Amino acid sequence: MTVRDVAIRLALGLLTESEGLEREITGGYASDLLSDVIAHSQAGNLWITLQTHRNIIAVATLKELAAIVLVNGRTPDADTLVKAREEKAVILSSRLPAFELIGQLYQMGIRGAV
Amino acid sequence: MSNEPVFCQRFEISGKDFINAGKASTTIKAILREIGIQPAVIRRAAIACYEAEMNVVLYARKAIIELRVTPQEIRIRVEDEGDGIPDVGLAMQPGYSTASDEIREMGFGAGMGLPNIKNNADTLQIHSVVGRGTTLEMAIGL
Ligand SMILES: Nc1ncnc2c1ncn2[C@@H]1O[C@H](COP(=O)(O)OP(=O)(O)OP(=O)(O)O)[C@@H](O)[C@H]1O
Ligand SMILES: [Mg+2]
Repeated sequence: MTVRDVAIRLALGLLTESEGLEREITGGYASDLLSDVIAHSQAGNLWITLQTHRNIIAVATLKELAAIVLVNGRTPDADTLVKAREEKAVILSSRLPAFELIGQLYQMGIRGAV
Repeated sequence: MSNEPVFCQRFEISGKDFINAGKASTTIKAILREIGIQPAVIRRAAIACYEAEMNVVLYARKAIIELRVTPQEIRIRVEDEGDGIPDVGLAMQPGYSTASDEIREMGFGAGMGLPNIKNNADTLQIHSVVGRGTTLEMAIGL
């Protein structure tokens, strides 16, 4: 399943360029603590979070995550989008709270690493 | 084999500078890629360096990061001027953090930074003097 497949099925908004949408998704990780994401996410994961400031791009790049998914309809800070373009990071957004969104992702077969 | 560095560069970073936070680590990552270091090793070095850099931004006044690459290893030294760490053993424990609420709101303060460095580097030494500063030295074998 690619980032594009998930974005279409769950009607997620695309906040960055269309580059990176063909990335294959390896699973998901949800956390709002950056170092926790660094410790536990896997390359190719979808990262579900409500953090919007520019450091999320550094984390997504360091861990080679497939995409960041912002919950609760959050919008990233302007400089986060600039940085996302530089690093070719993908940011999606959902109007749903984290719990509901993750439930839907799980139903689609996306799992965490346990 | 020689211990002569094939590459050595220094970067200056400033505490509280959230705009440039992470830049030194990004540059170091690009340098390692250019030298032809294995991607898996670059990933580990970049994570360890980023965590150390963010700790300087969050907790210290300024620092010098020195990157040395020899045929045997990547060595990264982060020497800061700041308040220092009173109990390094405690600071190394996963979950221990003195981050303020304001910092936590930005997603820092999991108390996972130093443990992440330890897990990604082959060796990590921390030397800290309260009131003076902290020096981290990490190495990853090639
Ligand atoms: N360079 C430093 N100077 C002074 N204190 C430091 C420094 N680095 C770490 N510390 C202290 O050690 C604690 C633990 O650091 P660590 O990086 O593990 O977690 P954190 O920075 O609090 O949270 P996280 O890294 O998960 O965002 C910090 O909260 C801080 O009190
Ligand atoms: Mg830290």
